[in-house]
Amino acid sequence: MFWRMITKTLIRQKGKMFMIAFTVILGVSLSTAMMNVMLGVGDKVNRELKVYGANITVRHKDAALMGDLYGLTEGQGVNDKFLHEEDILKLKSIFWGFNILDFAPMLDGTARLEGVGDVSVVGTWPEKHAVLSTGEDLHTGLKSLRTWWEISGEWLTEDDNNAVMIGHLLASQNNIHAGDDIVLNGKTFRVKGIYNDGGQADGKILMTLPAVQELTNLPGKVSSIEVSALTTPDNDLARKAAQDPRSLSPDEYETWYCTAYVSAICHQIQEVIRDGVAKPVRQVAESEGTILNKTTLLMILITILSSIGSALAISNLITASVIERSQELGLLKALGAYNWQIAALVLVEVMMTGLIGGILGYFLGIGFAQIIGQTVFGSYIEIARMVILIVAVILFLVTLAGSIPAIRYLMALKPTEVLHGK
Amino acid sequence: MSSKILELKNVSKIYGNLKALADINLSVNAGDWLSIMGPSGSGKTTMINIIGCMDTPSTGSVILDGVDISRENAGSLTRIRRDKIGLIFQQFHLISYLTAVENVMVAQYYHSMPDEEEAMEALAKVGLADRARHLPAQLSGGEQQRVCIARALINSPQILLGDEPTGNLDEENEGIVVDIFRRLHDEGVTIIIVTHDPEVGDVAQRKIILEHGKVVGDIDQSATFGEALKLKGKGE
Ligand SMILES: Nc1ncnc2c1ncn2[C@@H]1O[C@H](COP(=O)(O)OP(=O)(O)OP(=O)(O)O)[C@@H](O)[C@H]1O
Ligand SMILES: [Mg+2]
Repeated sequence: MFWRMITKTLIRQKGKMFMIAFTVILGVSLSTAMMNVMLGVGDKVNRELKVYGANITVRHKDAALMGDLYGLTEGQGVNDKFLHEEDILKLKSIFWGFNILDFAPMLDGTARLEGVGDVSVVGTWPEKHAVLSTGEDLHTGLKSLRTWWEISGEWLTEDDNNAVMIGHLLASQNNIHAGDDIVLNGKTFRVKGIYNDGGQADGKILMTLPAVQELTNLPGKVSSIEVSALTTPDNDLARKAAQDPRSLSPDEYETWYCTAYVSAICHQIQEVIRDGVAKPVRQVAESEGTILNKTTLLMILITILSSIGSALAISNLITASVIERSQELGLLKALGAYNWQIAALVLVEVMMTGLIGGILGYFLGIGFAQIIGQTVFGSYIEIARMVILIVAVILFLVTLAGSIPAIRYLMALKPTEVLHGK
Repeated sequence: MSSKILELKNVSKIYGNLKALADINLSVNAGDWLSIMGPSGSGKTTMINIIGCMDTPSTGSVILDGVDISRENAGSLTRIRRDKIGLIFQQFHLISYLTAVENVMVAQYYHSMPDEEEAMEALAKVGLADRARHLPAQLSGGEQQRVCIARALINSPQILLGDEPTGNLDEENEGIVVDIFRRLHDEGVTIIIVTHDPEVGDVAQRKIILEHGKVVGDIDQSATFGEALKLKGKGE
């Protein structure tokens, strides 16, 4: 009897039920698409939105300590402790080596620029091409870490040991242009390019690592290494580990070590760079996490808004349907139906309609997710099973919330008010 | 010899400063057939609603089958109504998308268990065995009201309540319905009917006249409504 009434009501109210199903389809498809995109492309979003540049720096542990204590990053007394150039390529061999996108060593020094005086020089790998012990080809260097540099002239190449690049402030103060020759410590170098970094580097001279090692007489030494790594946003575990990895239980340590948290990657870097201390560069590391969080937040917001919208639309439709049927429902009360029995009747109708709409909406949403994946990220988006569960729970709550006004109306409905009179 | 099934003691129903029912006292024996008459607004529907457990009095008590229903909450009123009251309305109120027999079965469903055979028998009793599979829209007014009577009786209520059950029927159908009431009365069903039609009212064994929420006449089978009104006139 119950089901006969339900099916016949559904058929008779098909206009309204169709509208409810349609609302559900829209809401569910949007939520499904958003959640799949959110879960499926966290990594892709990260890559897309990543601000290139170092997010980890490695320094000698004593230099790092001086830096932490006195805010010194260069100058005498700090740079008399060095890392070893031969350790650098080992970065790619750590557990999360695949997440290490780019890196470059830095050797700070000073040199006498003829006609000017002492200037800061930095030696680096402008480019680095190597074949790793794993057989993997490596292409990295500072050029990949300084994508925002504006250059007049050209970048140094890997073996440009007789050329330099000059920061635009130093260059303009001394009227030096690309193509000029300068003399450093009595040796002539060709100026290949003038760069605009927007920071401290604009007052420095950039050279290859071997050239600076020769100028400063520090063969095989580097002051620091800049590393760009793809990281997972921190959570409580990561924060706990960042304080002290030894405070973790063996299981936690395992989980932490095998997740690309910035602290885990730093920890692993320290295992391969002798005397090295790896530290996240705060601004960059956090802004990446923040961007990802903002994207997540945006998608959650869209999901919430579409849920609220659906709940409102559903509540209007159900209330209208119930008011339209108030005589019939009042009659059922007069015949001895309890309030909850009538509420159940209406709820089951709505839930069934919602279920049908939900199933259709889910598949539509998967389609949307793929379209977004293809157009925005250019890739297939893996479907996360847990979205079904989340969407089902949201849908259930939304239809339930949407039914509240109608149920309240039903509860208050008095048979005497609808059964007598014309 | 006959037991009291319903008793109204000092029942009033007050809406703001309007007394829809004013201090009504009335007792009904099992098997009685009452008709209630009175001008529009005299409180007839209000009284039926209270007896039918769809409304509660403002003051006074209503004893139905030994239970004071004026003190019950909505849930138990529903249960009492389901078990003891059969209702018929002037506008029939059949569910339009269910067939005649299904409409009867709805009452069974909310009472206990739908039983199609029993529902068919009830329809046969009101002469509608061959119309059982029709939708309400395919039935005449008289036939629809007979479906309602079958529905009201399906759970064997102690009291059959009707608010103008013949109000929307022509004379012929009115006759059929009144005949059904007569038969039910013979079977011992307690019947309380509100009506505007003296011909319908006069068939009842007992007649109540309401005016401004008060019982102004309570007469037995021997007198007709016409005589009752005359008697009342002399009394004033
Ligand atoms: N819910 C209500 N709120 C306020 N007043 C009401 C309400 N229900 C009924 N009344 C008033 O109570 C009085 C009695 O109403 P009732 O419906 O019982 O009259 P009735 O005898 O059935 O009239 P009719 O013959 O026209 O059906 C009327 O004056 C009516 O306006
Ligand atoms: Mg009335």
